[in-house]
Amino acid sequence: MYLGRVIGTVVATKKAVGLEGARLLVVQPLDHAQKPSGPPEVAVDRVSASPGTLVMLEGSREAALACDPWFVPVDSAIVGLVDEVDT
Amino acid sequence: MNLCLVLGSVVATEKHPAFAGRKILVVQPLDELKNPLGKSYLAVDHSSSAGQGDLVLVMNEGGGVRQVLGDKTLPIRSLIVGVVDAVTVG
Repeated sequence: MYLGRVIGTVVATKKAVGLEGARLLVVQPLDHAQKPSGPPEVAVDRVSASPGTLVMLEGSREAALACDPWFVPVDSAIVGLVDEVDT
Repeated sequence: MNLCLVLGSVVATEKHPAFAGRKILVVQPLDELKNPLGKSYLAVDHSSSAGQGDLVLVMNEGGGVRQVLGDKTLPIRSLIVGVVDAVTVG
């Protein structure tokens, strides 16, 4: 899991089976100091995040497991809205 | 498994149900000499005693995490499975 900031939205009418209705957001991964860490990515939103929100992201197969149904072609998912990072 | 330093904690009220009641910590991977190695990330604490400044052992394999936590559908990939007392190299 890692931190990220939602920086945009993606509209895709034609999607793979299982992704119907999935909300796609552009997210900039961040480090512990909330500085950009690596390139932005597109993630499936599972917690109703909006642009500007600090979020928790899950990657790999665990991202698909965060979805319902879970057997979907997803490798990045937003699994939490971060209130505070205490470092 | 990775040797990591706990940098702090994350508070998230709205989250996937799989994370309800679980402590989420920010960790920095370290090399064998405890120098930072790569990017910091978030891990769920299974040791229930790790805190800021602790040296911990983090498992980064979802299948193993699901085995340890006994749930085949958990979307959790990084789990703190130990608090390290000492590391000896060479």
